[in-house]
Amino acid sequence: MGINFRTETFRDDFSFRNSPEHIRRFPFPFHEDSYMYAVNIEPHVAGPAGSVLEHPIDVDEHYVSEMADRALVLAEDPLRCQSLPHMTLAGWDLLELLMTAKAESYPEHFSLTRDGDRWHWINRPLGIDQKFLFGDLTTLPYGPMEYITRQSQGDFCILDQRDGNLWMDAGIVTTQADWSLDFDIGMNFFEWHAPVPLAHEKGIFTRALKFLTNVQQGKPARRLNWTMTINPRLDTSPENYHKWGPDRATVTPENVGQKVHLRVELQSFWRLPRSNALVFPIRCYLIKMDELVTSPKWARRLHRVIRDLPEELATYKGLTRYRATLVEWLARYDDGTPTSPGFGPE
Amino acid sequence: MTPKTILSRPVYGTLSPQAGTHHLFVADAEGGGAILDMAKAAPEGFFAGAHIIYIPREAGAAYTGPLQALKPAQYYEGPSIAAALPRQKQTLAPARMGRRLYLAGTEGLIGQAMQAALDAGIDHGSIQTEQRGSLARRVQCVHCKGITEDVTTQPVRCSHCGLLLFVRDHYSRRLAAFQGVCINAEDQSEIPPIEEAFR
Ligand code: HEM
Repeated sequence: MGINFRTETFRDDFSFRNSPEHIRRFPFPFHEDSYMYAVNIEPHVAGPAGSVLEHPIDVDEHYVSEMADRALVLAEDPLRCQSLPHMTLAGWDLLELLMTAKAESYPEHFSLTRDGDRWHWINRPLGIDQKFLFGDLTTLPYGPMEYITRQSQGDFCILDQRDGNLWMDAGIVTTQADWSLDFDIGMNFFEWHAPVPLAHEKGIFTRALKFLTNVQQGKPARRLNWTMTINPRLDTSPENYHKWGPDRATVTPENVGQKVHLRVELQSFWRLPRSNALVFPIRCYLIKMDELVTSPKWARRLHRVIRDLPEELATYKGLTRYRATLVEWLARYDDGTPTSPGFGPE
Repeated sequence: MTPKTILSRPVYGTLSPQAGTHHLFVADAEGGGAILDMAKAAPEGFFAGAHIIYIPREAGAAYTGPLQALKPAQYYEGPSIAAALPRQKQTLAPARMGRRLYLAGTEGLIGQAMQAALDAGIDHGSIQTEQRGSLARRVQCVHCKGITEDVTTQPVRCSHCGLLLFVRDHYSRRLAAFQGVCINAEDQSEIPPIEEAFR
Protein backbone atom coordinates (compact mmCIF):
# COMPACT_ATOMS: atom_id res chain seq x y z
CA MET A 1 0.00 0.00 0.00
CA GLY A 2 2.90 2.29 0.79
CA ILE A 3 3.08 5.45 2.82
CA ASN A 4 0.68 8.30 2.17
CA PHE A 5 3.10 11.25 2.08
CA ARG A 6 1.65 14.52 3.35
CA THR A 7 2.22 17.90 1.75
CA GLU A 8 2.85 20.29 4.62
CA THR A 9 5.14 23.02 5.96
CA PHE A 10 7.41 23.47 8.98
CA ARG A 11 7.60 27.27 8.66
CA ASP A 12 5.41 30.23 7.70
CA ASP A 13 1.87 28.77 7.84
CA PHE A 14 3.00 25.64 9.76
CA SER A 15 0.58 23.20 8.18
CA PHE A 16 2.38 20.17 9.71
CA ARG A 17 0.21 17.68 11.59
CA ASN A 18 0.17 13.97 12.38
CA SER A 19 -2.45 11.59 11.05
CA PRO A 20 -4.26 9.53 13.75
CA GLU A 21 -2.04 6.50 12.95
CA HIS A 22 1.07 8.65 13.33
CA ILE A 23 -0.11 9.97 16.67
CA ARG A 24 -0.33 6.35 17.88
CA ARG A 25 3.18 5.54 16.70
CA PHE A 26 4.76 8.65 18.22
CA PRO A 27 7.93 7.70 20.17
CA PHE A 28 6.79 8.99 23.56
CA PRO A 29 10.05 9.28 25.54
CA PHE A 30 8.96 8.93 29.18
CA HIS A 31 8.70 5.47 30.75
CA GLU A 32 7.89 6.97 34.16
CA ASP A 33 6.42 10.16 35.62
CA SER A 34 9.70 12.01 36.03
CA TYR A 35 12.78 12.70 33.95
CA MET A 36 16.49 12.98 34.55
CA TYR A 37 19.49 12.41 32.28
CA ALA A 38 20.75 8.82 32.24
CA VAL A 39 22.83 6.55 30.02
CA ASN A 40 19.64 5.43 28.27
CA ILE A 41 21.22 3.38 25.49
CA GLU A 42 19.79 0.09 24.20
CA PRO A 43 20.38 -2.18 21.19
CA HIS A 44 18.69 -0.86 18.05
CA VAL A 45 16.62 -3.98 17.38
CA ALA A 46 13.34 -4.14 15.48
CA GLY A 47 10.21 -3.03 17.38
CA PRO A 48 6.51 -3.79 16.82
CA ALA A 49 5.03 -3.53 13.31
CA GLY A 50 3.81 0.00 12.65
CA SER A 51 6.05 1.57 15.31
CA VAL A 52 8.93 3.92 14.50
CA LEU A 53 11.20 1.02 15.44
CA GLU A 54 9.78 -1.46 12.94
CA HIS A 55 12.54 -0.65 10.46
CA PRO A 56 16.19 0.27 11.17
CA ILE A 57 15.71 3.60 9.34
CA ASP A 58 12.15 4.87 9.70
CA VAL A 59 10.45 6.67 6.82
CA ASP A 60 7.08 8.23 7.61
CA GLU A 61 4.30 10.39 6.18
CA HIS A 62 6.35 13.58 6.68
CA TYR A 63 9.24 12.39 4.50
CA VAL A 64 8.67 14.37 1.32
CA SER A 65 7.83 17.63 3.11
CA GLU A 66 10.79 17.29 5.49
CA MET A 67 13.14 16.89 2.55
CA ALA A 68 11.70 20.05 0.97
CA ASP A 69 12.35 21.91 4.23
CA ARG A 70 15.94 20.63 4.33
CA ALA A 71 16.53 21.92 0.80
CA LEU A 72 15.29 25.37 1.85
CA VAL A 73 17.61 25.46 4.87
CA LEU A 74 20.64 24.40 2.81
CA ALA A 75 19.91 26.97 0.12
CA GLU A 76 19.85 29.68 2.81
CA ASP A 77 22.88 28.41 4.74
CA PRO A 78 25.33 25.96 3.15
CA LEU A 79 27.32 25.79 6.42
CA ARG A 80 24.69 23.36 7.73
CA CYS A 81 26.40 20.60 5.78
CA GLN A 82 30.13 20.18 6.31
CA SER A 83 32.62 17.40 5.97
CA LEU A 84 36.31 17.62 6.85
CA PRO A 85 38.57 16.29 4.07
CA HIS A 86 39.31 12.91 5.70
CA MET A 87 35.59 12.03 5.99
CA THR A 88 34.69 11.28 2.38
CA LEU A 89 35.04 7.52 2.77
CA ALA A 90 32.67 7.61 5.75
CA GLY A 91 30.24 9.50 3.50
CA TRP A 92 30.21 6.58 1.06
CA ASP A 93 29.69 4.20 3.99
CA LEU A 94 26.67 6.23 5.06
CA LEU A 95 25.27 6.33 1.54
CA GLU A 96 25.44 2.54 1.40
CA LEU A 97 23.82 2.15 4.82
CA LEU A 98 20.90 4.42 4.01
CA MET A 99 20.27 3.18 0.49
CA THR A 100 20.31 -0.48 1.46
CA ALA A 101 18.18 0.06 4.57
CA LYS A 102 15.55 2.05 2.68
CA ALA A 103 15.42 -0.30 -0.28
CA GLU A 104 15.04 -3.32 2.01
CA SER A 105 12.36 -1.83 4.28
CA TYR A 106 10.34 0.07 1.69
CA PRO A 107 10.72 -1.69 -1.69
CA GLU A 108 7.62 0.03 -3.05
CA HIS A 109 9.30 3.44 -2.59
CA PHE A 110 13.04 2.82 -3.02
CA SER A 111 15.18 0.45 -5.02
CA LEU A 112 18.91 -0.16 -5.28
CA THR A 113 20.54 -2.33 -7.94
CA ARG A 114 24.25 -3.05 -7.69
CA ASP A 115 26.56 -4.44 -10.30
CA GLY A 116 30.03 -4.17 -8.79
CA ASP A 117 30.62 -0.43 -8.38
CA ARG A 118 27.84 0.43 -10.81
CA TRP A 119 24.87 1.37 -8.67
CA HIS A 120 21.36 2.35 -9.69
CA TRP A 121 19.24 4.14 -7.09
CA ILE A 122 15.57 4.92 -7.47
CA ASN A 123 13.75 7.11 -4.96
CA ARG A 124 10.13 7.25 -6.12
CA PRO A 125 8.66 9.67 -3.53
CA LEU A 126 11.26 12.30 -4.48
CA GLY A 127 11.30 11.41 -8.19
CA ILE A 128 15.01 10.51 -8.30
CA ASP A 129 16.56 7.97 -10.66
CA GLN A 130 20.37 7.99 -10.34
CA LYS A 131 23.03 5.77 -11.84
CA PHE A 132 26.50 6.28 -10.38
CA LEU A 133 29.82 4.65 -9.63
CA PHE A 134 30.20 3.85 -5.95
CA GLY A 135 33.34 5.65 -4.74
CA ASP A 136 33.53 8.07 -7.69
CA LEU A 137 32.66 11.61 -6.55
CA THR A 138 32.24 12.87 -10.10
CA THR A 139 29.20 10.66 -10.69
CA LEU A 140 26.92 12.26 -8.06
CA PRO A 141 25.56 15.82 -7.91
CA TYR A 142 26.73 16.23 -4.27
CA GLY A 143 29.25 14.53 -2.01
CA PRO A 144 27.98 11.10 -0.88
CA MET A 145 26.92 12.23 2.61
CA GLU A 146 25.05 15.27 1.34
CA TYR A 147 23.54 13.33 -1.55
CA ILE A 148 21.91 10.66 0.57
CA THR A 149 21.01 12.83 3.57
CA ARG A 150 19.11 15.23 1.31
CA GLN A 151 16.91 12.14 0.89
CA SER A 152 16.83 11.02 4.54
CA GLN A 153 14.81 12.42 7.42
CA GLY A 154 16.74 13.63 10.47
CA ASP A 155 20.13 15.15 11.05
CA PHE A 156 23.32 13.13 10.73
CA CYS A 157 26.68 13.49 12.44
CA ILE A 158 29.61 11.37 11.37
CA LEU A 159 32.14 10.82 14.09
CA ASP A 160 35.74 9.91 13.41
CA GLN A 161 37.14 7.62 16.10
CA ARG A 162 40.73 8.23 17.23
CA ASP A 163 42.68 8.60 20.49
CA GLY A 164 39.85 6.84 22.34
CA ASN A 165 37.48 9.69 21.52
CA LEU A 166 34.86 10.59 18.90
CA TRP A 167 35.37 13.68 16.74
CA MET A 168 32.51 15.46 14.99
CA ASP A 169 34.21 15.72 11.64
CA ALA A 170 31.20 15.69 9.29
CA GLY A 171 27.48 16.27 9.43
CA ILE A 172 24.28 17.67 7.99
CA VAL A 173 22.22 19.50 10.54
CA THR A 174 19.03 21.32 9.58
CA THR A 175 16.48 20.03 12.13
CA GLN A 176 18.40 20.56 15.34
CA ALA A 177 17.42 21.45 18.86
CA ASP A 178 19.48 24.62 19.10
CA TRP A 179 23.09 23.62 18.46
CA SER A 180 25.44 24.63 15.67
CA LEU A 181 27.31 22.15 13.47
CA ASP A 182 29.43 24.99 12.09
CA PHE A 183 30.59 25.79 15.62
CA ASP A 184 30.96 22.23 16.89
CA ILE A 185 32.62 20.62 13.86
CA GLY A 186 36.06 19.25 14.76
CA MET A 187 35.21 18.95 18.48
CA ASN A 188 35.41 15.77 20.52
CA PHE A 189 32.62 14.07 22.50
CA PHE A 190 33.24 16.03 25.72
CA GLU A 191 33.74 19.35 23.97
CA TRP A 192 30.53 19.36 21.94
CA HIS A 193 28.59 18.20 25.03
CA ALA A 194 30.21 20.92 27.16
CA PRO A 195 27.06 23.12 27.43
CA VAL A 196 24.86 20.30 28.81
CA PRO A 197 24.12 20.81 32.54
CA LEU A 198 24.42 18.12 35.28
CA ALA A 199 25.27 15.18 32.97
CA HIS A 200 29.06 15.65 33.11
CA GLU A 201 29.01 15.61 36.91
CA LYS A 202 26.94 12.42 36.89
CA GLY A 203 29.60 10.68 34.80
CA ILE A 204 27.07 10.11 32.02
CA PHE A 205 29.31 11.24 29.18
CA THR A 206 32.30 9.19 30.32
CA ARG A 207 30.18 6.02 30.40
CA ALA A 208 28.38 6.87 27.16
CA LEU A 209 31.66 7.42 25.31
CA LYS A 210 33.00 4.07 26.51
CA PHE A 211 29.89 2.41 25.13
CA LEU A 212 29.98 4.25 21.81
CA THR A 213 33.62 3.59 21.02
CA ASN A 214 32.81 -0.14 21.35
CA VAL A 215 29.77 -0.21 19.05
CA GLN A 216 30.31 -3.02 16.53
CA GLN A 217 29.36 -3.14 12.88
CA GLY A 218 25.92 -4.73 12.43
CA LYS A 219 25.01 -4.06 16.08
CA PRO A 220 23.62 -0.52 16.16
CA ALA A 221 22.34 1.07 19.37
CA ARG A 222 19.83 3.85 20.10
CA ARG A 223 18.49 6.29 22.67
CA LEU A 224 15.73 8.89 22.90
CA ASN A 225 16.19 12.55 23.74
CA TRP A 226 13.53 15.24 23.90
CA THR A 227 12.80 18.94 24.14
CA MET A 228 9.87 21.21 23.26
CA THR A 229 9.35 23.48 20.29
CA ILE A 230 6.87 26.27 19.69
CA ASN A 231 5.17 25.76 16.32
CA PRO A 232 6.15 22.67 14.32
CA ARG A 233 9.45 24.15 13.24
CA LEU A 234 12.20 21.75 12.21
CA ASP A 235 14.92 24.37 11.90
CA THR A 236 15.36 25.53 15.48
CA SER A 237 19.02 26.30 14.93
CA PRO A 238 21.02 28.82 16.94
CA GLU A 239 21.81 30.41 13.58
CA ASN A 240 18.15 31.42 13.28
CA TYR A 241 17.35 31.80 17.00
CA HIS A 242 16.66 35.52 16.55
CA LYS A 243 13.93 34.52 14.07
CA TRP A 244 12.23 31.68 15.98
CA GLY A 245 13.00 32.81 19.54
CA PRO A 246 10.06 35.27 19.58
CA ASP A 247 7.66 32.32 19.10
CA ARG A 248 8.35 31.33 22.70
CA ALA A 249 6.71 34.53 23.89
CA THR A 250 3.49 33.81 21.96
CA VAL A 251 2.19 30.90 24.06
CA THR A 252 -1.17 31.58 25.73
CA PRO A 253 -3.62 29.26 27.53
CA GLU A 254 -5.79 29.37 24.40
CA ASN A 255 -3.11 28.29 21.90
CA VAL A 256 -1.04 25.72 23.86
CA GLY A 257 -2.77 22.80 22.14
CA GLN A 258 -1.80 23.93 18.65
CA LYS A 259 1.46 25.79 19.29
CA VAL A 260 3.38 23.73 21.82
CA HIS A 261 5.06 20.58 20.47
CA LEU A 262 6.91 17.78 22.16
CA ARG A 263 10.04 17.19 20.10
CA VAL A 264 11.56 13.73 20.38
CA GLU A 265 14.84 12.67 18.86
CA LEU A 266 15.38 9.02 18.05
CA GLN A 267 19.16 8.86 18.04
CA SER A 268 20.99 5.83 16.79
CA PHE A 269 24.63 4.78 16.59
CA TRP A 270 26.09 2.74 13.73
CA ARG A 271 29.63 1.56 13.07
CA LEU A 272 30.58 2.11 9.44
CA PRO A 273 32.47 -0.70 7.68
CA ARG A 274 35.20 0.94 5.54
CA SER A 275 36.03 4.06 7.55
CA ASN A 276 35.43 2.65 11.06
CA ALA A 277 33.62 5.95 11.74
CA LEU A 278 30.42 6.08 13.78
CA VAL A 279 27.31 7.61 12.28
CA PHE A 280 24.75 9.26 14.53
CA PRO A 281 21.36 9.87 12.91
CA ILE A 282 19.20 12.23 14.97
CA ARG A 283 15.66 11.72 13.81
CA CYS A 284 13.20 14.37 14.99
CA TYR A 285 9.51 13.62 15.68
CA LEU A 286 7.05 16.40 16.51
CA ILE A 287 3.63 16.16 18.14
CA LYS A 288 1.20 18.95 19.08
CA MET A 289 -0.22 19.04 22.59
CA ASP A 290 -3.73 18.63 21.11
CA GLU A 291 -2.53 15.44 19.43
CA LEU A 292 -0.61 14.16 22.44
CA VAL A 293 -3.51 14.47 24.88
CA THR A 294 -5.57 12.07 22.77
CA SER A 295 -3.66 9.51 24.85
CA PRO A 296 -4.79 10.04 28.47
CA LYS A 297 -1.72 8.29 29.82
CA TRP A 298 0.71 10.45 27.82
CA ALA A 299 -1.14 13.60 28.91
CA ARG A 300 -1.02 12.72 32.62
CA ARG A 301 2.59 11.73 32.45
CA LEU A 302 3.79 14.72 30.44
CA HIS A 303 2.07 17.00 32.95
CA ARG A 304 4.02 15.44 35.81
CA VAL A 305 7.33 15.42 33.93
CA ILE A 306 7.17 19.08 32.91
CA ARG A 307 5.87 20.20 36.30
CA ASP A 308 8.69 18.45 38.18
CA LEU A 309 11.52 18.95 35.69
CA PRO A 310 14.71 20.19 37.44
CA GLU A 311 15.23 23.90 36.84
CA GLU A 312 18.62 23.41 35.13
CA LEU A 313 17.06 21.14 32.52
CA ALA A 314 14.10 23.45 31.94
CA THR A 315 16.45 26.38 31.39
CA TYR A 316 18.75 24.40 29.09
CA LYS A 317 15.80 23.23 27.02
CA GLY A 318 14.47 26.79 26.78
CA LEU A 319 11.09 26.12 28.43
CA THR A 320 11.26 28.94 30.97
CA ARG A 321 9.05 31.49 29.26
CA TYR A 322 6.04 29.22 28.73
CA ARG A 323 6.48 26.41 31.24
CA ALA A 324 3.88 27.66 33.73
CA THR A 325 1.26 28.16 31.00
CA LEU A 326 1.93 24.68 29.65
CA VAL A 327 1.80 22.99 33.06
CA GLU A 328 -1.50 24.69 33.85
CA TRP A 329 -2.94 23.58 30.52
CA LEU A 330 -1.75 19.99 30.95
CA ALA A 331 -3.08 19.86 34.52
CA ARG A 332 -6.61 19.71 33.08
CA TYR A 333 -5.71 16.27 31.70
CA ASP A 334 -4.24 14.92 34.93
CA ASP A 335 -6.78 13.49 37.38
CA GLY A 336 -4.01 12.13 39.58
CA THR A 337 -4.57 8.48 38.70
CA PRO A 338 -1.45 6.34 38.40
CA THR A 339 0.14 5.80 34.99
CA SER A 340 1.18 2.34 33.88
CA PRO A 341 4.90 1.71 33.45
CA GLY A 342 6.43 1.78 29.96
CA PHE A 343 6.25 4.05 26.93
CA GLY A 344 3.08 2.99 25.11
CA PRO A 345 -0.27 4.91 25.09
CA GLU A 346 -2.35 2.77 27.58
CA MET B 1 43.99 33.12 35.63
CA THR B 2 41.27 31.43 33.64
CA PRO B 3 38.50 30.19 35.92
CA LYS B 4 37.39 26.61 35.25
CA THR B 5 34.20 26.66 33.23
CA ILE B 6 33.08 24.08 30.69
CA LEU B 7 34.86 21.31 28.83
CA SER B 8 35.10 22.97 25.43
CA ARG B 9 37.07 25.81 27.01
CA PRO B 10 40.83 25.32 26.56
CA VAL B 11 42.99 24.73 29.59
CA TYR B 12 46.36 26.50 29.59
CA GLY B 13 49.55 25.45 31.29
CA THR B 14 52.98 26.86 31.96
CA LEU B 15 55.63 26.94 29.24
CA SER B 16 58.49 24.53 29.76
CA PRO B 17 61.45 23.78 27.49
CA GLN B 18 60.83 20.75 25.29
CA ALA B 19 63.35 18.42 23.70
CA GLY B 20 63.79 19.48 20.08
CA THR B 21 65.91 21.44 17.71
CA HIS B 22 63.59 24.16 16.45
CA HIS B 23 61.53 26.17 18.91
CA LEU B 24 58.87 28.51 17.55
CA PHE B 25 57.43 30.99 20.03
CA VAL B 26 54.37 33.08 19.29
CA ALA B 27 53.47 35.52 22.03
CA ASP B 28 51.82 38.85 22.69
CA ALA B 29 51.83 41.43 25.49
CA GLU B 30 52.40 39.81 28.92
CA GLY B 31 53.09 36.53 27.12
CA GLY B 32 56.62 37.91 26.67
CA GLY B 33 57.06 37.38 30.40
CA ALA B 34 56.11 33.71 30.06
CA ILE B 35 58.94 33.20 27.57
CA LEU B 36 61.39 35.00 29.87
CA ASP B 37 60.35 32.87 32.85
CA MET B 38 60.70 29.71 30.82
CA ALA B 39 64.15 30.81 29.62
CA LYS B 40 65.41 30.54 33.19
CA ALA B 41 64.88 26.77 33.01
CA ALA B 42 66.14 26.36 29.44
CA PRO B 43 69.36 24.45 28.78
CA GLU B 44 72.46 26.11 27.36
CA GLY B 45 72.10 26.99 23.69
CA PHE B 46 68.33 26.45 23.66
CA PHE B 47 67.55 29.76 21.94
CA ALA B 48 70.12 29.19 19.19
CA GLY B 49 67.37 27.15 17.52
CA ALA B 50 64.51 29.50 18.43
CA HIS B 51 62.31 31.83 16.45
CA ILE B 52 60.30 34.35 18.45
CA ILE B 53 57.27 36.06 16.94
CA TYR B 54 56.20 38.76 19.36
CA ILE B 55 53.37 41.26 19.28
CA PRO B 56 54.06 43.78 22.05
CA ARG B 57 50.64 45.53 22.17
CA GLU B 58 50.29 47.98 25.11
CA ALA B 59 52.09 45.88 27.69
CA GLY B 60 55.09 44.89 25.57
CA ALA B 61 57.65 47.67 26.13
CA ALA B 62 59.05 45.93 29.21
CA TYR B 63 59.62 42.66 27.34
CA THR B 64 61.05 43.52 23.92
CA GLY B 65 64.60 44.21 25.18
CA PRO B 66 64.93 41.11 27.40
CA LEU B 67 63.43 38.88 24.66
CA GLN B 68 66.04 40.04 22.16
CA ALA B 69 68.69 39.50 24.82
CA LEU B 70 67.86 35.77 24.71
CA LYS B 71 69.55 35.88 21.29
CA PRO B 72 67.07 33.74 19.39
CA ALA B 73 68.09 32.71 15.88
CA GLN B 74 65.18 34.80 14.58
CA TYR B 75 63.31 37.61 16.33
CA TYR B 76 60.31 39.42 14.87
CA GLU B 77 58.04 42.11 16.31
CA GLY B 78 54.63 42.52 14.76
CA PRO B 79 52.18 45.42 15.06
CA SER B 80 49.13 43.13 15.46
CA ILE B 81 48.17 39.47 15.61
CA ALA B 82 46.66 39.67 12.14
CA ALA B 83 49.89 41.11 10.76
CA ALA B 84 52.02 38.40 12.36
CA LEU B 85 49.90 35.37 11.40
CA PRO B 86 51.10 35.00 7.79
CA ARG B 87 54.66 34.83 9.10
CA GLN B 88 53.72 32.09 11.55
CA LYS B 89 51.87 30.16 8.83
CA GLN B 90 54.82 30.42 6.47
CA THR B 91 57.15 29.18 9.19
CA LEU B 92 54.91 26.20 9.91
CA ALA B 93 54.24 25.31 6.28
CA PRO B 94 57.12 22.89 5.79
CA ALA B 95 56.70 20.04 8.30
CA ARG B 96 59.92 19.69 10.30
CA MET B 97 61.34 17.05 12.59
CA GLY B 98 62.11 18.26 16.10
CA ARG B 99 60.04 21.43 15.93
CA ARG B 100 58.23 22.60 19.06
CA LEU B 101 55.56 25.26 19.29
CA TYR B 102 55.02 27.55 22.29
CA LEU B 103 52.13 30.03 22.55
CA ALA B 104 51.84 32.62 25.30
CA GLY B 105 49.80 35.69 26.08
CA THR B 106 46.20 36.71 25.57
CA GLU B 107 43.53 34.10 24.98
CA GLY B 108 42.93 35.64 21.54
CA LEU B 109 46.58 35.26 20.51
CA ILE B 110 46.80 31.67 21.75
CA GLY B 111 43.57 30.79 19.98
CA GLN B 112 44.53 32.23 16.61
CA ALA B 113 48.10 30.90 16.67
CA MET B 114 46.67 27.49 17.66
CA GLN B 115 44.21 27.65 14.77
CA ALA B 116 47.05 28.32 12.31
CA ALA B 117 48.98 25.40 13.80
CA LEU B 118 45.98 23.04 13.50
CA ASP B 119 45.60 24.08 9.86
CA ALA B 120 49.26 23.13 9.38
CA GLY B 121 48.46 19.65 10.70
CA ILE B 122 50.02 20.02 14.15
CA ASP B 123 48.24 18.15 16.94
CA HIS B 124 46.92 20.57 19.57
CA GLY B 125 48.07 18.32 22.39
CA SER B 126 51.70 18.79 21.37
CA ILE B 127 51.56 22.57 21.72
CA GLN B 128 52.72 24.36 24.89
CA THR B 129 50.47 27.20 25.99
CA GLU B 130 50.48 29.75 28.80
CA GLN B 131 47.80 32.38 29.22
CA ARG B 132 48.90 35.75 30.56
CA GLY B 133 47.34 39.16 30.38
CA SER B 134 43.99 40.00 28.88
CA LEU B 135 41.10 37.52 28.90
CA ALA B 136 39.33 39.55 26.22
CA ARG B 137 37.49 37.13 23.93
CA ARG B 138 37.20 36.56 20.22
CA VAL B 139 33.53 35.93 19.64
CA GLN B 140 31.86 34.32 16.67
CA CYS B 141 28.30 35.52 16.11
CA VAL B 142 26.39 32.29 15.58
CA HIS B 143 23.86 34.19 13.45
CA CYS B 144 25.96 36.08 10.87
CA LYS B 145 29.27 34.15 11.49
CA GLY B 146 31.26 37.39 11.81
CA ILE B 147 34.02 37.49 14.44
CA THR B 148 34.19 40.34 16.93
CA GLU B 149 37.70 40.80 18.37
CA ASP B 150 38.82 41.77 21.87
CA VAL B 151 35.43 41.48 23.55
CA THR B 152 35.50 42.60 27.18
CA THR B 153 31.79 43.06 27.90
CA GLN B 154 28.76 40.90 28.53
CA PRO B 155 26.67 41.17 26.41
CA VAL B 156 28.40 42.61 23.35
CA ARG B 157 27.09 44.06 20.13
CA CYS B 158 28.15 42.02 17.07
CA SER B 159 30.48 44.27 15.07
CA HIS B 160 29.06 42.79 11.84
CA CYS B 161 25.28 42.37 12.11
CA GLY B 162 24.60 44.46 15.20
CA LEU B 163 22.70 41.83 17.23
CA LEU B 164 23.25 42.01 20.99
CA LEU B 165 25.14 38.81 21.85
CA PHE B 166 25.44 36.79 25.02
CA VAL B 167 29.03 35.52 25.11
CA ARG B 168 28.99 31.82 26.02
CA ASP B 169 31.85 29.78 27.47
CA HIS B 170 31.40 27.31 24.59
CA TYR B 171 34.64 27.53 22.60
CA SER B 172 35.72 26.26 19.17
CA ARG B 173 39.42 25.62 18.61
CA ARG B 174 38.78 25.40 14.89
CA LEU B 175 37.31 28.91 14.81
CA ALA B 176 39.50 30.20 17.66
CA ALA B 177 36.39 31.80 19.09
CA PHE B 178 33.75 31.74 21.79
CA GLN B 179 30.14 31.54 20.71
CA GLY B 180 27.91 34.61 20.76
CA VAL B 181 24.13 34.09 20.77
CA CYS B 182 21.46 36.79 20.56
CA ILE B 183 20.65 37.61 24.20
CA ASN B 184 17.20 39.07 23.64
CA ALA B 185 15.99 36.93 20.74
CA GLU B 186 12.77 35.98 22.52
CA ASP B 187 11.86 39.58 23.28
CA GLN B 188 13.89 42.24 21.50
CA SER B 189 12.48 44.94 23.75
CA GLU B 190 14.52 43.54 26.65
CA ILE B 191 17.82 45.43 26.65
CA PRO B 192 20.10 44.11 29.40
CA PRO B 193 22.88 46.42 30.63
CA ILE B 194 26.32 45.96 29.04
CA GLU B 195 28.91 45.28 31.72
CA GLU B 196 32.64 44.61 31.73
CA ALA B 197 33.15 40.86 32.13
CA PHE B 198 36.44 39.74 30.54
CA ARG B 199 39.67 41.58 31.24
C1 HEM C 1 28.12 10.33 19.14
C2 HEM C 1 26.95 10.62 19.27
C3 HEM C 1 26.40 11.91 19.86
C4 HEM C 1 26.37 13.14 19.30
C5 HEM C 1 26.92 13.54 17.94
C6 HEM C 1 25.73 14.01 20.25
C7 HEM C 1 25.54 15.38 20.05
C8 HEM C 1 24.93 16.22 20.95
C9 HEM C 1 24.81 17.64 20.78
C10 HEM C 1 25.36 18.44 19.61
C11 HEM C 1 24.13 18.13 21.85
C12 HEM C 1 23.78 19.60 22.10
C13 HEM C 1 24.79 20.25 23.02
C14 HEM C 1 24.64 21.76 23.11
O1 HEM C 1 23.89 22.25 23.97
O2 HEM C 1 25.29 22.49 22.34
C15 HEM C 1 23.82 17.02 22.69
C16 HEM C 1 23.11 17.09 23.87
C17 HEM C 1 22.96 16.02 24.75
N1 HEM C 1 23.52 14.77 24.61
FE1 HEM C 1 24.49 14.03 23.00
N2 HEM C 1 25.37 13.30 21.35
C18 HEM C 1 25.77 12.00 21.15
C19 HEM C 1 25.61 10.96 22.01
C20 HEM C 1 25.06 11.05 23.26
C21 HEM C 1 24.91 9.93 24.16
C22 HEM C 1 25.33 8.50 23.90
C23 HEM C 1 24.34 10.42 25.26
C24 HEM C 1 24.02 9.56 26.46
C25 HEM C 1 23.61 9.57 27.48
C26 HEM C 1 24.10 11.85 25.07
C27 HEM C 1 23.52 12.71 25.96
C28 HEM C 1 23.17 14.02 25.71
C29 HEM C 1 22.35 14.83 26.59
C30 HEM C 1 21.75 14.39 27.92
C31 HEM C 1 22.21 16.08 25.99
C32 HEM C 1 21.35 17.25 26.49
C33 HEM C 1 20.04 17.13 25.74
C34 HEM C 1 18.85 17.93 26.26
O3 HEM C 1 18.65 18.11 27.46
O4 HEM C 1 18.04 18.34 25.41
N3 HEM C 1 24.57 12.20 23.84
N4 HEM C 1 24.32 15.87 22.14
